[in-house]
Amino acid sequence: MRSPATRHAFRVNGRDIEAHVAPETRLADVLRDTLGLTGTKIGCNAGDCGACTVLLDGRQVCACLVPVAQADGRAVETVEGLTRGGRLAPLQRAFLDHGAAQCGICTPGMLMAAADLLARNPHPSEAEVLDGLGGVLCRCTGYRKIVEAVLSVGRDDVPVDVAPPAGRAVGARLPKTDGVPKVTGADRFGADALPDSAWLTLRAVRNPHAHARFRIGELASLHTRFPGLVAVLTARDVPGANRFGIYPTGKDQPVFAEGIARMRGEAVCALVGDAETIAAIRDEDVPITWEPLPPVTFDAALAGGAPDLHEHAPGNVLCRGRLIAGDAEAALADATLRAATTVETGFVEHAYIEPEAGYAQRLGDRIEIVACTQTPYMDRDEIALILGIAPGQVRVIPTATGGGFGGKLDLSLQPMIAVAAWTLGRPVRCVYTRPESMASTTKRHPARISAEAACDAAGRLVAYRFHGDFNTGAYASWGPTVANRVPVHAMGPYRVPNVRATSAAIHTTDTPAGAFRGFGVPQAAIAHEALMDALADRAGIDRLEFRALNALRKGDATATGQVLDHSVGLLACLDALRPRWQALRAEAAAFNRAARGPLRRGVGVACMWYGIGNTSMSNPSEMTMGIAADGTITLYSGAVDIGQGSNTIMVQIAADALGVPADAVRLVHGDTDRTRDAGKTSASRQTFVSGNAARLAGEDLRRKLLALVNAGPDATIAPDLTIHDGGRVVRPDLARLAPDANGDVVVGLGRFDPPTTALDADGRGVPYATYGFAAQLAAVEVDVDLGTVRVTRIIAAHDVGRAVNPTQVEGQIHGGIAQGLGLALMEEFFPGRNENLHDYLIPTIGDIPPIETILIEDPEPIGPYGAKGVGEPALIATAPAILGAIDHAAGVRLTRVPATPDRVRAAILAKSA
Amino acid sequence: MGRYLRPASLAEALAAMSAAPRVPLAGGTDHYPARVGVSPDEDLLDLTAIPVLRGIAEDETGWRFGAATTWTDVIEARLPPLFDGLKAAAREVGGVQIQNAGTLGGNLCNASPAADGTPNWLALDAEVELASAAGARTLPVGAFVLGNRRTARRADELVTAIRVRRPPGPARATFVKLGARRYLVISIVMVAAVAIFDRAGRIAAARVAVGACSPVPVRLPALEARLVGERPDPALVEPADLAPLAPIDDVRGTAAYRRDAALTLVRRALAGLAA
Repeated sequence: MRSPATRHAFRVNGRDIEAHVAPETRLADVLRDTLGLTGTKIGCNAGDCGACTVLLDGRQVCACLVPVAQADGRAVETVEGLTRGGRLAPLQRAFLDHGAAQCGICTPGMLMAAADLLARNPHPSEAEVLDGLGGVLCRCTGYRKIVEAVLSVGRDDVPVDVAPPAGRAVGARLPKTDGVPKVTGADRFGADALPDSAWLTLRAVRNPHAHARFRIGELASLHTRFPGLVAVLTARDVPGANRFGIYPTGKDQPVFAEGIARMRGEAVCALVGDAETIAAIRDEDVPITWEPLPPVTFDAALAGGAPDLHEHAPGNVLCRGRLIAGDAEAALADATLRAATTVETGFVEHAYIEPEAGYAQRLGDRIEIVACTQTPYMDRDEIALILGIAPGQVRVIPTATGGGFGGKLDLSLQPMIAVAAWTLGRPVRCVYTRPESMASTTKRHPARISAEAACDAAGRLVAYRFHGDFNTGAYASWGPTVANRVPVHAMGPYRVPNVRATSAAIHTTDTPAGAFRGFGVPQAAIAHEALMDALADRAGIDRLEFRALNALRKGDATATGQVLDHSVGLLACLDALRPRWQALRAEAAAFNRAARGPLRRGVGVACMWYGIGNTSMSNPSEMTMGIAADGTITLYSGAVDIGQGSNTIMVQIAADALGVPADAVRLVHGDTDRTRDAGKTSASRQTFVSGNAARLAGEDLRRKLLALVNAGPDATIAPDLTIHDGGRVVRPDLARLAPDANGDVVVGLGRFDPPTTALDADGRGVPYATYGFAAQLAAVEVDVDLGTVRVTRIIAAHDVGRAVNPTQVEGQIHGGIAQGLGLALMEEFFPGRNENLHDYLIPTIGDIPPIETILIEDPEPIGPYGAKGVGEPALIATAPAILGAIDHAAGVRLTRVPATPDRVRAAILAKSA
Repeated sequence: MGRYLRPASLAEALAAMSAAPRVPLAGGTDHYPARVGVSPDEDLLDLTAIPVLRGIAEDETGWRFGAATTWTDVIEARLPPLFDGLKAAAREVGGVQIQNAGTLGGNLCNASPAADGTPNWLALDAEVELASAAGARTLPVGAFVLGNRRTARRADELVTAIRVRRPPGPARATFVKLGARRYLVISIVMVAAVAIFDRAGRIAAARVAVGACSPVPVRLPALEARLVGERPDPALVEPADLAPLAPIDDVRGTAAYRRDAALTLVRRALAGLAA
């Protein structure tokens, strides 16, 4: 029980306020819950992420670490105080203009840290900006645009196209259409959205063991002890199927475990009541008898003989993937030059700064889920099955989502709050703690890869053999996607006539591994790029030139037999990097020749490719665009923007398709009652697939609007909908038309499903309609005595087809590089051991070097205005480029990532031994 | 029902502690992270309204760092080169937010094996000033920090200050920290060193302490003895000097790596003293 409430008086953003709360209450909670200032975000409640940074008497502090008693008589400034008289402060404007806010969850903290810095030091150096903002973590931006934005304050270098004219939105550096609320703190994330009526709070009780049988005892005494406890929900309370999962045939994950918990952190029941009661009940108070069982580790599952975790997965093999082209065995046996490698990777945590949060409320025979998500329509359908109701009875209203990266594709708290709100008839809210989020939600698959490649004496690849085992954890999640996607990409973006690539997804009692930016391809890329370096060295060919020699070109067939007719920009990427590669390699070599201390420099190169959209599966997007009788133009987009920028991209595309300026288009997004299904925000598909739906909706609307006035296809449409057709100027009479449910009188519909084919038993066919390509250079400095690696520069060349918004494309590339750097050097999640953001390390602002991006635009004919996706391509080449650079610098090839200082040092010692 | 007390005087604080033990709270930077998702029933004593506990005082005998002095206070204070290591550590503790809130006394009392302050205090041969309603006492830092999260503070006592004696000659200090990222990083290994020089520029006394390689940061007496009469030189460090370390394997690194890296860092710390 907490202390009695006392009176606390202090100033907030220049206003005197009083709060009556317990004195040890965290200032962050008082700001958010008592004062309603939800611009201050909570990412960890442990001072690790800095999202809650506010100024206390002008100095930045984590509001989650300040007892409100310590604010007495002092001045607190929050993000809400930056805006003066309704105008953005120059710092906020700079964040918008430079694309420094993506999802926006860290933005208030970043802004306050920057405000502190600039108040003391109006013209900071870059190093001072890094020091000043070093306490705030960002997972989206890769920090560089934040640094640029802070350095730009007070200068006139505005890199934006604020209001491109009609038809010129695509290609413009339009600031985010949803950007202003992100820099003012007004955006509503999962924990910021509240029901209109009094709500109950839900907290899951979770399995503390890796694997356990359990029994829930008599609950009456718990209710007696805690009168505010309204319900303890268990598997028996789930009205429909106590099962969910990504694939229709793979629904294996219970909402509440049924007598056996297969992973640490699995929910076994949920406590529902008033917030104070729920906070006061400790897990140990709930009468649960645990019988720990032996864990099924990845090693044990691979060795065989471990008990099966699921009946449908004998030997704990969830599924396998396979691609066979030519005869890899024979070609390897005959080859002149061969190289082999083994790669091992660990769990990687998405570490979005926003823990899962949201609420559910029942409205008659319908339920509303208001929560952060990457996939409202899949959520809707899954909740319907869990509640035993029709999908149409479920409305999903996504909040702003504070980062996802694949981790918010799976359901997390939605089933629990849905069951609670449905059965109790009252709104129910849940906010995950950081440890709970990390313990219970999906991760990147740990991989064990063995691969071998061969080339002829001239350096031409002749064969590639690959097998990857992926630890998919206790439940299937996206395991099948990884198993299917990896073989297609296993050999990298190269011409290889003979390929044998196989994969398996293996169940263990670890955290489920699901979707994480790249679906297994980043792990596979570590193997193929290590082999390209090894073969290049053996063939005596420069590492970049070896890749250029073997790079897929227009007209080439991939290993699945797909002929690439268009938009194969890999060679152009390598051409763009070549001069920088040669100069940086020479500089590093000169440095190393002169080096007397422990530092060595190196430069690595890596290539990647990535199929855009689902693998050989229909994944359509639909969008509508309407005009209301008053002339309001609205795009209804079911594509969820989790920070990557689709809210802006869709508007840019649809505006150009209709032929009006982007600022004339209003956006309704996400709400399953108001939009159509635009699929998941995953597989780098939104720009390509949903962008096409937006384009088609805009074109359809244009046709219908022009038809109303018998105008020709070349007519122009003014923002006020006046139509100029040759010399004729007409206005359609919209008032006479009947409005639909959205109030629109003319509606255009767009639907796009990328053309793919099923794969045959050997994995051959057309798995994707188009591919993104990239090559990246990494320059590093290795301290060979300590094994530490500092990345000093990344140069990234990406073929994106067409950059719909270059600022956003650069932002995706920067953010992907930061995650790739984390994968390479510091990130590994161990269930039960580092479920927080101080033991689990993600890159800070000081770890990301200057990044040069080179955008190659080899247009994709079926992409919207030539565009392809970039979300996942951004990440994939980074880790192998860094590992190649370490090899160049220190002569050691790390294939166990992350290449932490102890591993790098051990490799250096082993080599010199 | 927990009770929260935020007294304005030390006497009031000590009286409360003698009546019933309370959990002392200052910057909150270790307190709250240990309470994510839980709100334990505990009596708290907030020490941040007691003026005498905060600030750095200097007299002819030395320096007194109030227990509630923040890391930022250290960074912004005018201090002689003796404290260059402490200042370097202050800049490496968390981010600016943590430096603005976290206190020297809290860092010491939390007794993390990876506390950035502790090796510095060992190298400074600092003493911990403790007070209770019954009286005051001082303990050398090495006798105060007893183990992982364990100190010699009695339940009725508060740490009021950390004291450093004025060295008999010119002194230099250094601190080197090894982590796997640039900011917000818990040390894998860290080394603090202080040397006091004679008129000829030779070391009259040296203290070298290593953190995060044993339950409690430890000094390296064999090395310290060998340094006397020498000029700072990394070549004077021998692997056997690290015998007092007892590193473990954890998520940040292996024990073998810690031992190896500690040797490198001790040598670099000595090079730093020469600079």
